[in-house]
Amino acid sequence: MKKRSAGRKALYVILVVYAIITVIPFLWALSSSFKTLGEIVSGSINFIPKDFTLDNYKQIFSKEPLFGRWLFNSLFIATVGTLLNLLFNSMAGYALARLSFPGKKSIFIIILAVLMIPFQVTLIPNFLILKELGWLNSYQGMIIPGAVNATFIFMMRQFFVNFPKEVEEAAAIDGLGRFGTFFRIVLPLAKPALAAQTIFVFMAFWNDFMRPLIILSDMDMFTLPLGLNSFKGQFISYWNYIMAASMVFTLPIIVLYAFFNRYFVKGIKFTGDK
Amino acid sequence: MFTRRERKEAGQGYLFLLPALLILGVFVIAPILYAVFLSFHKVELLGGANYEFRGLDNFLKVTFDDRAIIALKNTAIYVAVVVPAQTFLALVLAASLNAGLKGQKFFRVVYFLPTLTSSAVLTLIFMWMYNQNGLINYVLKIFHLPTYNWIGDPDVALIAIMIMNIWATAPFFMVIYLAALQDIPDSHYEAAELDGAGAVQKFWHITVPNLRPVTSFVVIMGIIGTFQLFDQSYIFSGGSGGPNNSTLTVVLLIYQYAFKTLGTMGYATAIAFMLAIIILVATLVQRKFSKEESLY
Repeated sequence: MKKRSAGRKALYVILVVYAIITVIPFLWALSSSFKTLGEIVSGSINFIPKDFTLDNYKQIFSKEPLFGRWLFNSLFIATVGTLLNLLFNSMAGYALARLSFPGKKSIFIIILAVLMIPFQVTLIPNFLILKELGWLNSYQGMIIPGAVNATFIFMMRQFFVNFPKEVEEAAAIDGLGRFGTFFRIVLPLAKPALAAQTIFVFMAFWNDFMRPLIILSDMDMFTLPLGLNSFKGQFISYWNYIMAASMVFTLPIIVLYAFFNRYFVKGIKFTGDK
Repeated sequence: MFTRRERKEAGQGYLFLLPALLILGVFVIAPILYAVFLSFHKVELLGGANYEFRGLDNFLKVTFDDRAIIALKNTAIYVAVVVPAQTFLALVLAASLNAGLKGQKFFRVVYFLPTLTSSAVLTLIFMWMYNQNGLINYVLKIFHLPTYNWIGDPDVALIAIMIMNIWATAPFFMVIYLAALQDIPDSHYEAAELDGAGAVQKFWHITVPNLRPVTSFVVIMGIIGTFQLFDQSYIFSGGSGGPNNSTLTVVLLIYQYAFKTLGTMGYATAIAFMLAIIILVATLVQRKFSKEESLY
């Protein structure tokens, strides 16, 4: 019995030490974002700012006219992109799971094959196609190519395959057509799968660095990751501003996570299912 | 012959698939074919695009390209260190979290923070901690360990990125392990306990073998992810891959050839294809390897 409690203590030590290792960078960034530049450059190591100040946040929002714009761009692209993904992936997944039509099997195989292609291969041709379309430096250039995701088409298909058919049949008897059934009955019942997808897709848009780097060249079209990177070049030693901007950037994702947390773990499990 | 009902259903099927097929067609499938074409050509962007057929030149050029060889070497070292380290760390964390201790939920949320945070933010936070008078050197000094010029010294810059990424990615794989751990029947552990197995023995003889399929998945995902390292080395080095090419990765090199130097877009596409093949082969080898092991 005693040996067992010693083992538990050792496990607690592992967990607590690792929790500290995880949190410290965030706490350090957060504390730096409330420090004055003087305190930042003095190189003193204190987690509680001596002169607590909100100036860094005021500075990035008021004196840096583009910061608000970058925040808007990121929110707009990620929100519209996520909504389109939810709609299109579910529609495609539903058709592949429920409807019968010629060529269904080949389409499904093509979608599975698309999953295996690393995106670096399509990166350069995509740039040239967007250039031809005149979509470089535009919202649609950022949103439309990412508005569908083969992984989640596959996931939605698996979800709808296991979905009880009776519900839809009942809706059909009540006189709802295919589209009515899909939007009013099927989608609302698919909430857990949609919630998991929301987090993953939103995060992918929100955190994406490489695609915006290639597609966007005007400063006022930048998303936050690009804006932050240009901040770094511009304010090379103003780490107080950079950290404040980083914190503003991180907050929406943490809020989203807190909101969908319940579904998140389920969602990960869900992708593991057959 | 199709009945009216069948035709209607087929029409609905295509309609539901239309947006997905259109987008995948224009932005994934057409680009793959286009990439094959590009990789055999020299591409000049002068207003429009100009193509000059070069056969296999782009693929052969890699062997004479010092920077490509450096990038490949850096990437290989990075994969070889980061994949085993993050897999092992994820496994240990998951097993610790799964032991039925109090506060599990709290730890799980805390551990997940790096996974939620963007690579751009994480890289900036670590650059701030890595600076010469920064937090990390300060902690090293407390323990009387040597300090480093993490960002400026070619000998340690890649190691700095490795540390950051192991820290950032391990918790994601931990969650996958956690889900799999719930599926190991308690009876296995109870039987081992009757045989007098200790905690460490149970871990090595029951937990690890039972998790083999998941480990295989985690390793494959790890390989795919690490081979594609870009954001961190781009931000760390300001896009150059420096100091002295020490953080130059294959994807960063592809980016530079495609968008920073003129006339090398076709060559960049050829390197991207070679990277895809390396990833595919690594994945197949790992899959075969893990299958053979599970025979025992």
